[in-house]
Amino acid sequence: MTGFTFTIDGVEVAAKDGQTIMEAADAAGIYIPRLCDHEGLRHQGACRVCTVKAGGRSVAACTQPAAPDQAVENETPHVTKLRRDLVEMLFHEGNHLCPICEASGNCELQAMAYRLDMTQPTRFPYLEPCRPLDASHPDIALDTNRCITCGRCIRASEEVDGKGVFGYVGRGIHRRVAVNGADLADTNAAITDFAISKEVCPVGCIIRKGEGFAIPIGEREFDKGLIGHEIEEKKRD
Amino acid sequence: MTESRLIEISPLTRVEGHGKVTIHLDADGYVDEARLHIVEFRGFERFIRGRLLWEVPVIVQRLCGICPVSHHLAAAKAMDMICGVDQLPPTAEKMRRLMHYGQVMQSHVLHFFHLAAPDLLFGFGAPAEKRNIFEVLQQQPELGRRAILMRKFGQDIIEATAGKKIHGTGAIPGGINKNLPLETRDALLAQIGDMEQWAQDALALARGYTLDNADLVQGFAAFPSNYMSMVRDGDGALDLYDGNLRALSADGDLIFDHLDTRRYHEALVEDVRSWSYMKFPFIKDLGPDHGWYRVGPLARMNTASFIDTPLADAARSELMDFSHGLPQHATLANHWARMIEVLHCVEKIRELLHDPDLQGSDLRATGKRRQEGIGVLEAPRGNLIHHYQVDENDQVTYCNLIVSTTHNNEGMNRAVKDVAMQYISGQPQISEAMLNHVEVAIRAYDPCLSCATHALGQMPLQVELFGPDGALLDRKAT
Repeated sequence: MTGFTFTIDGVEVAAKDGQTIMEAADAAGIYIPRLCDHEGLRHQGACRVCTVKAGGRSVAACTQPAAPDQAVENETPHVTKLRRDLVEMLFHEGNHLCPICEASGNCELQAMAYRLDMTQPTRFPYLEPCRPLDASHPDIALDTNRCITCGRCIRASEEVDGKGVFGYVGRGIHRRVAVNGADLADTNAAITDFAISKEVCPVGCIIRKGEGFAIPIGEREFDKGLIGHEIEEKKRD
Repeated sequence: MTESRLIEISPLTRVEGHGKVTIHLDADGYVDEARLHIVEFRGFERFIRGRLLWEVPVIVQRLCGICPVSHHLAAAKAMDMICGVDQLPPTAEKMRRLMHYGQVMQSHVLHFFHLAAPDLLFGFGAPAEKRNIFEVLQQQPELGRRAILMRKFGQDIIEATAGKKIHGTGAIPGGINKNLPLETRDALLAQIGDMEQWAQDALALARGYTLDNADLVQGFAAFPSNYMSMVRDGDGALDLYDGNLRALSADGDLIFDHLDTRRYHEALVEDVRSWSYMKFPFIKDLGPDHGWYRVGPLARMNTASFIDTPLADAARSELMDFSHGLPQHATLANHWARMIEVLHCVEKIRELLHDPDLQGSDLRATGKRRQEGIGVLEAPRGNLIHHYQVDENDQVTYCNLIVSTTHNNEGMNRAVKDVAMQYISGQPQISEAMLNHVEVAIRAYDPCLSCATHALGQMPLQVELFGPDGALLDRKAT
């Protein structure tokens, strides 16, 4: 496999043939924000939070292959504003009540809002959907009020667990994640599934019953640092 | 007195929540009826339905920003019961107790110094612009400084146990999510000497005020009533976190004693009246006319057999001597009782900080699931009851909350009427001083109207004066 270099915000980054911009950036210790992308799952390019400017075009860094001598804009004011707008709209599409959500402090959406300096999501009208909580499964609950349709659970269930418990239904603004049955109890979902693990759902939609709030404030994932800090620490090392 | 007037006083008065007082006069200008209305709607009992049981202690604490810990812990106790846990691990129970004592301390200090002290220091009829914490800070800067630091200490205790000063997450069904690190313990212990001294000084201030103004105190909204609080299992000592229910008559006779808190609904009934969003609880056997009761610091002094910390117990004895060993009925004596409890909390905090169980690692117990849970504790303003039912999917199907201010509803209404009869009856207009007398009576209960009803937005207390034909004669919004 041959390699080449390109730049992200003027910093020279080494890449291998076939690597995406995000993969090369991660290896170089440069964090590109993302919500739908997750290590070990197929890249999807759904949330567009990883949007960067490459050759003057807006592209999803998780799916766009890196190219030799390409100049990529990542943390410029313009790109950051695009990302913040996207994240604000995610807050407006669902019912994201951070003060009472058990994912608070571990939630990637909340952490991304902090990283992007989203101080108040008030520029767009709240859609305030009314979605019932599915607590039918003995070990798992699903609160799709918090779903951002990133599809991580769908890919994890299909590609890793080989089950297909989750899938998309509806189109456009009505697209949402649903389960392959009348309710969660009607599926073959299990608490041991990778799709149900804490790392797959970036928000508080997939709930592992009885675990809520067991991690004290101060020890939650994003109490330790901004989202992306682990990737950025590679660069410092 | 036939001309309608609207007088507005701003900023807001010193109560927590949204309320309105109406005073009805007869043809001769004498008070016919006086009521405290709670005009906002809470709704928590309804929208908590469907939520998952372990979310409840975190959700319901949003009832209030002053004493969220009380709701957090009462709900957690109810969820302990639902999770089949009758006995918490020692570390969990002691961490929760520490959290609760920190909470009661900071809330009482807030009320006494920030809300009530301006009345007590400067007089009920003092100019409105002087009746605030800033004037206290200006005239008595050391007292004001201590008030702020004592409240901070209580908030620091809450942060150490719940993770945040307001709306933390410490208590979880069956236990707690953290213990107390030694460095945090040591930082708190370094301040405990000052806190104990300052609590004693604050107690001396409240006691001195009551004794120096004994005639005023004994004649101001001082009326007999029943009293109810939780007392410690077995010996009947004051216990703010756990125990059984005890109710006394105005003469000090037992109405019921050591009633299992899980059976509260067998002894208490809630009455609904058309003019208020707040219910009127009463003791079932005595009926609505005679069964109403008061809760809170003074009620706890009246009902407890003793206090298990020496300084607070000696202080309680002095308070009971003031009423010759019988229940103390003076509304304003609540301030004295409140400061006794601050001292009790400081003594308890000291005791707990020296307890190595706080550094234990056994934080959570489990048990056999139940469908119903009832959590009761003594919140700063009085008895607090949380009652839930949960289905097999872990979702709440029923919720009933009886908060301290609701227990005190009838008592506060009586206090309003008592003061209105004394200071407003026969008067052609409401003066600012008269208005504040009504407020002082309400304020002594430290009502949290937000807890009782969950108010939204601005929170004025309005007083309205009606003539015999029902016409609005005068209105004041403070």
